[in-house]
Amino acid sequence: MRAAGPRPRLTAIPGVAYLLAGLFLVFAIAGSGFASVANLLNIGVQSSILLLLALPMTLIIMSQGLDLSVGAVLGLAGVVLALVLADGGTLPLAFAAALAVGAAFGVLNGLLVVGLGIPPFVTTLGTLGIAQGAALVATGGHSVSGLGGALPALYAGTWLGLPFSIVVAAAAYAAFHGLLYHTRFGVYVFALGGNPEALGLAGVRAPLYHVGVYAVGGLMAGFAALLLTGRMNAGHPIAAIGMEFDAIAAVIVGGTSFERGNGWLPGTVLGVLTVGVLRNGLNVLAVPSSLQVAGIGLLVIAALLIDSVRRTR
Amino acid sequence: MTTATLGSRTLAPDAIALGSRLAGVLLVCAALSAMSDAFLTPSNLLNVLRQASLVFLLASGLTFVVLAAGLDLSIGANVTLSACVAATVIRATEAVVPGLAAGLACGAAIGALNGVMVTWLRLPPFIATYGMLWVVHGVSYWYMGGRTIYGFPETFREIGSGHLAGVPIPVYLMAACLALGGVFARYTTWGHEIYAIGANPAAARLSGVPVRRRLMLVYVLSGAMAGLASIVFLARLNSAEADMGEALLLPAIAAVLIGGTSLFGGAGSLSGTLVGAILLSLVLNGMNLLAIDTTWQPLVTGLIVLLAVWIDIVTRNRTA
Repeated sequence: MRAAGPRPRLTAIPGVAYLLAGLFLVFAIAGSGFASVANLLNIGVQSSILLLLALPMTLIIMSQGLDLSVGAVLGLAGVVLALVLADGGTLPLAFAAALAVGAAFGVLNGLLVVGLGIPPFVTTLGTLGIAQGAALVATGGHSVSGLGGALPALYAGTWLGLPFSIVVAAAAYAAFHGLLYHTRFGVYVFALGGNPEALGLAGVRAPLYHVGVYAVGGLMAGFAALLLTGRMNAGHPIAAIGMEFDAIAAVIVGGTSFERGNGWLPGTVLGVLTVGVLRNGLNVLAVPSSLQVAGIGLLVIAALLIDSVRRTR
Repeated sequence: MTTATLGSRTLAPDAIALGSRLAGVLLVCAALSAMSDAFLTPSNLLNVLRQASLVFLLASGLTFVVLAAGLDLSIGANVTLSACVAATVIRATEAVVPGLAAGLACGAAIGALNGVMVTWLRLPPFIATYGMLWVVHGVSYWYMGGRTIYGFPETFREIGSGHLAGVPIPVYLMAACLALGGVFARYTTWGHEIYAIGANPAAARLSGVPVRRRLMLVYVLSGAMAGLASIVFLARLNSAEADMGEALLLPAIAAVLIGGTSLFGGAGSLSGTLVGAILLSLVLNGMNLLAIDTTWQPLVTGLIVLLAVWIDIVTRNRTA
């Protein structure tokens, strides 16, 4: 069962790695200041929130699902975090509240998809509306500021010279790598996408693990709220709208496909960096953010095409 | 073969489903008229119909896509870009007809791109149209660059805000699309073939249905209807902005699903979508009358979407 995991996707490694290297070279030549240490750290910081969303999205897409709600849930969790802090709550309490909100939406998504059989993209489009609406209702559409000093102090911290958000992202990757490749849960995630019937016949309580995949997605959106709110030092109800698209793009570009339980976690890291480098490089070249979004849309369609061509061969 | 599936076997449960949804509409009406004196006035009811007509125009094209077991998530972004293109042409020519043509053509072109991705390139419809959503979204923001295009000729604005014999013009458009689309779905071979593709694509192909061409048609139709909706919306607002269509996607999907069209394809009707659009507009109108803040609208629409799919799945399991 373990052998059915990462190995068949080795052919996907060159694709995304070449893409990343190519983009990097182009921007390093075309944009002055792109390849500086400060800017590279900047790309790392910008990509860290995205990685926190893209790691669980990899598991969700591997199980033939999708979560369009993570951006909105991240926004809501950020607002909740900010509201608790602005109300005088401690940082651990505020963080716990954000995690709880994220996990609640993840479990809700899982129950709707697995329990009621509602297709995942419609389920999560519905919960996207609910989370976004709840964030607007909770704040009246305004940003929440006056969060006190604890969060900025934590966010500005460094470890071995690395910014806090990069350290968090690296730890999250290690945790997900362990979870996917070295636990029973991970094996079941591969099986959920490959052959869920066989999993059920083998006596595994597949629905429980399937809900778990969505729950982890929501939980990580709550976790990412710490970085998002820390970066802005404010809670804004529409701050993370559309971030689910960058996450989905990173996963697909990284070589995880919607079929047959094929997923590759290191590819997701490369995908996240590709999206990060693309956005940062286009920024350096002063390309408007609207065209960056269109560019990532084309990148996704191109990645799907390559995958589709490879499959028919 | 197709007439048999459309005949006695599925018609009866469909009629029951439509009846139960109409009962839902009456129930909401009764509740709203009890809660607000302003509800049961002719002007307010016409207002509800006018709101419903915009959602219906957008949702009617989507209905055919969903009937064929597909999905089009790009329609909201499509409305934005089509409206911006139409607005540019109208301001440049000061004539209405070229603007209408440009809006419809832009919508249909985006639909055609979706169709190519789904049929010839065999991408999964939800992710292909989701990618298209962001491509079109980005292009609209880039094209508008923060501008607002406003001030259109009176004749054009009539399309969105004019009346004929006391009834808003968009309501006539809605009625025309319902009649044409209903006849197309029920009485033409092409319409039956779309149901057949949604019910079982492999069987449809083996029975000689040109699956790719019909799917292409369905996506172009969905795009063109988004173009038409963009004209009505533009004429109503009298201004075009880069974020005007974003909020229309969820209501359109909600209308289709409340209307009982199955997400798994092959079952549903345009009249159901009409009931769905009216029910949704009633709820939003009621929230307005009861002075509930508009920030509640996405939350309520999201809940309605989930409720509608859930009811659909439960009832279908029971009849199956």
